[in-house]
Amino acid sequence: MSAVTDRIDAAKAEGRVALVGYLPVGYPDVDTSIAAMRVLVEAGCDIVEVGPPYSDPVLDGPVIQHAAAVALEGGVRVDDAFRAVAEVADAGAVPVIMAYSNLMLSRGWARFADDLVAAGGAGVITPDLTPDAAPEWIAAARERDVDTIFLVAPSTTRERMQLTCDASRGFVYATPLMGVTGERAAVGDAAERVVGAAREAGAQRVGIGVGVSTGAQAKDIASYADAVIVGTAFVRALGDEGDLERLRVKVAELAAGVRGEA
Amino acid sequence: MTGSLQSAPGPFFGEFGGRFVPEALMAALDELTDAYAKARIDPAFQEELDRLARDYTGRPSIVTEVPRFAAHAGGARVFLKREDLNHSGSHKINNVLGQALLTKRIGKKRVIAETGAGQHGVATATAAALMDLECVIYMGEEDTERQALNVARMRLLGAEVIPVATGTRTLRDAINEAFRDWVANVETTNYVFGTAAGPHPFPAMVRDFQRVISVESREQMLALGGLPDAVLACVGGGSNAIGSFDAFLDDESVRLIGCEAAGDGVETGRHAATLTGGRPGILHGSMSYILQDEDGQTQPSHSISAGLDYPGVGPEHTWLASIGRAEYWPVTDAEAMEAFRLLTRTEGILPAIESSHALAGAIRLGRELGPDATLLVTLSGRGDKDVEQAARWFEMMPGEDA
Repeated sequence: MSAVTDRIDAAKAEGRVALVGYLPVGYPDVDTSIAAMRVLVEAGCDIVEVGPPYSDPVLDGPVIQHAAAVALEGGVRVDDAFRAVAEVADAGAVPVIMAYSNLMLSRGWARFADDLVAAGGAGVITPDLTPDAAPEWIAAARERDVDTIFLVAPSTTRERMQLTCDASRGFVYATPLMGVTGERAAVGDAAERVVGAAREAGAQRVGIGVGVSTGAQAKDIASYADAVIVGTAFVRALGDEGDLERLRVKVAELAAGVRGEA
Repeated sequence: MTGSLQSAPGPFFGEFGGRFVPEALMAALDELTDAYAKARIDPAFQEELDRLARDYTGRPSIVTEVPRFAAHAGGARVFLKREDLNHSGSHKINNVLGQALLTKRIGKKRVIAETGAGQHGVATATAAALMDLECVIYMGEEDTERQALNVARMRLLGAEVIPVATGTRTLRDAINEAFRDWVANVETTNYVFGTAAGPHPFPAMVRDFQRVISVESREQMLALGGLPDAVLACVGGGSNAIGSFDAFLDDESVRLIGCEAAGDGVETGRHAATLTGGRPGILHGSMSYILQDEDGQTQPSHSISAGLDYPGVGPEHTWLASIGRAEYWPVTDAEAMEAFRLLTRTEGILPAIESSHALAGAIRLGRELGPDATLLVTLSGRGDKDVEQAARWFEMMPGEDA
């Protein structure tokens, strides 16, 4: 058990799914991004994904690419992500980090996990690191009780689904669409299929991310998944101006969605 | 070291290589690995590839001795392996024909590729036209500006060229965008990767398709009197270099020298000399050396040559450097352009600016070793695409009469 699973289970006990919100650190600047993460928590996110921006984000669409570029231009450092993690924990949500692998390798797998634990973080989502490529990371994470949250996709084979679900702690991150992060009109039948395949492989908690942007989508997903993950829609609401009120409205819409109120 | 170093299968070369990609691509990479493993030992595939190499590319490419050039290289004997004479103008066609055939075998109808200078994009567009594949090329916006003629060439060949305006607007961003396309369209699309980098199976597969360079040149040199003292090739991602080295890897007497783009000079920080100035990291799917800051953010690279302007390098090169089998020398823009001018003026051969880095390495090595040395340089591409840029460098454009 972990802070992540506890929080997902607590949501379930309330008869709803958990809401996971992503924001990149440093967009539009470090202080505003941290204030925005507090807004996520206040407006109803259970778990906050803190994203240290990376120079080559191959799994991100234009909105998050832009945010990462702005943040890096502004001089954001990976250290700022740990500061954000501490603030999210202080605000009362469960913080996890979503990091591209070179940022972790560069710091050292073990030190990355140490710094996360010291800041009060619970796990790491690794968009470009699969369990078979990550024995050192998994070992470092297990030793410190850090959740290893891996992704599965519609293209994931049965064999790889088993491997990934076995190696995941906290929850399994299912991407219902083939493609990069961004808003989609519909997440389609594939979402339910991927969640079903993950459950068949033994996954107890499955979150749906990539493409979710409206309360109505969140409500729909709540009928078969355990967590709804929203990134791009929040980043867009925050915008270059750092509009915290617009962000609050968007988060509230999704929070209502996971409560079946959309 | 026991056993042969040739044709190392991957996924790891020592501690480098591997497959660090989003899960969404794993099934496609597995499929490609399987298809290639079968094709590799299938006589029908090899025959078709050999036929195309002979009847379409024009292989074997010749070896040319360049004595007037060599007079400026310490009087050493210098031979050029003429990949510039291949159909479509560079070594890139060797790899592309292999991957395009493989695309047909796995039943996909659409190919995507990244390109820096445009050589790989042109080669891919060429193969796509030949084999009736839909073709989309990603190219950094800055590169579309400095290689405008190649953009037109690709479009004439029927490819769609998409300028990439994100990040540094060069090769690295083109690769990012190609990966994003692949994640979204992997069911219908094969990624024809242009260099011996990226996730497994690309480094080993691209090396295998480029290996023909050294298989031929080794035989050609033996027929001309013996193995060379050194083989030199330019290194961006490193596909022509790894193809130029492979058949020589077990010849201990042959020095293997990769010439990296040092831009304004490694000490200025404006360069693309990854093995000289980088450290281990993960970029574009594999563990290798990369130019990066303290946090692991990729640093912008710089080179006058769009094809070498890349902050990473293929993992097999990093391994060969780590075990001391190959050396990697930084060559500045100015040195490369001087070699470009020299070969053009003394031999009437217009080299690509990329390949000119290897020529500059040969000048340096020839001066060090003197007239007893024999050097084999891979001329990876022709310089027609670089005429405008070179003319500007030397202030030879009309109206700029020096």
